[in-house]
Amino acid sequence: MSNVKVEAYARALFEIAQAEGSLDRVEDELFRVARAFESNDQLRATLTDTTIPAERRQQVIEQLLGGKASATTVQLVSVVVTSGQVRELPAIIDALVKRAAGEKQQEIAEVRSAIPLSDDQQQRLAAALTKVTGKPVNLKVVVDESVLGGLVAVVGDEVIDDTVRTRLEQLKTRI
Amino acid sequence: MNRLINVLLAAEDPTVSHHWLYPEIGEIIYGGLAAVIVIGGIVKFAGPTIVKSFRARTERIQKELDDAANAKVTADADAQGIRAALGDIAAERTRILADADAQAAAVLTEGRARIAAEVADLEAKADSDLAAARGRNTDELRAEIAMLASRATPIVVQRTLNDQTKSELVESFIQSVGASR
Repeated sequence: MSNVKVEAYARALFEIAQAEGSLDRVEDELFRVARAFESNDQLRATLTDTTIPAERRQQVIEQLLGGKASATTVQLVSVVVTSGQVRELPAIIDALVKRAAGEKQQEIAEVRSAIPLSDDQQQRLAAALTKVTGKPVNLKVVVDESVLGGLVAVVGDEVIDDTVRTRLEQLKTRI
Repeated sequence: MNRLINVLLAAEDPTVSHHWLYPEIGEIIYGGLAAVIVIGGIVKFAGPTIVKSFRARTERIQKELDDAANAKVTADADAQGIRAALGDIAAERTRILADADAQAAAVLTEGRARIAAEVADLEAKADSDLAAARGRNTDELRAEIAMLASRATPIVVQRTLNDQTKSELVESFIQSVGASR
């Protein structure tokens, strides 16, 4: 899919979420869906399998997100899946998140952690990253057990990596 | 005179002798004359031949004596030459032996030097091989240790990482980022 198409889908989803008045929540939920789609091979294989009817794939989405995400989020993901653009779901969502952050004049800060962060930790981390980048950040936390421990934050082109996984890689290289 | 006549008369009889020892006068006379004639003939006709023969024999003997003397001189000269040659041979033998000793000493020295150089080369090569083998073994051991350590470290770290530790790491990250500027 071309960037124009991705941007078109992102703009459409953004406008729908904004019109529903739940942009912040939908944006956050969509971001998690995109990361889950990237990291879960089985989910990605199921949703991209064109031999499975679109209705069945839509049911899978509803089963996965039902009760955990807002109805708007479920509907937006279903739209992308049924339109046959599911392979571009992460790109569309990232474009949406970027658009939302730009709307709020924020910088996206994607943070990966081995454990979920508490609200207090997220607030303090957002404040610390804002202090570092000089811009208000829109914190997106991804629970990724592969980092083993610690955090890695990506803000624009800047990467702040203090994960156990990276330290082990450095130790392995030194050995 | 009578006696002489008697003797002459008696001599006429060959079967009668007037003395048992002495011959008859006539016989002496004739015999003497015959002997003189024979001797004279011999002297006249055979004498020169005999003299010549004796002279030739003398010359031959003298010649043999001279030859013998010459031969003795030649033999002495040959003997002198041989003795001289023997002396030369001894000197040559001494020289050859000396040359042989010198060559043997040179060969021995060269051989010792060559063997020493070869031994030095072999020792150097052995040292080099040992060092290389030691280096290889050290590298292999180091690589093995590194591999084991790289395998064991994540396992050990993951076992020691509980939720509290992970939370502490998150707090450490937040504090370090907040304090960085």
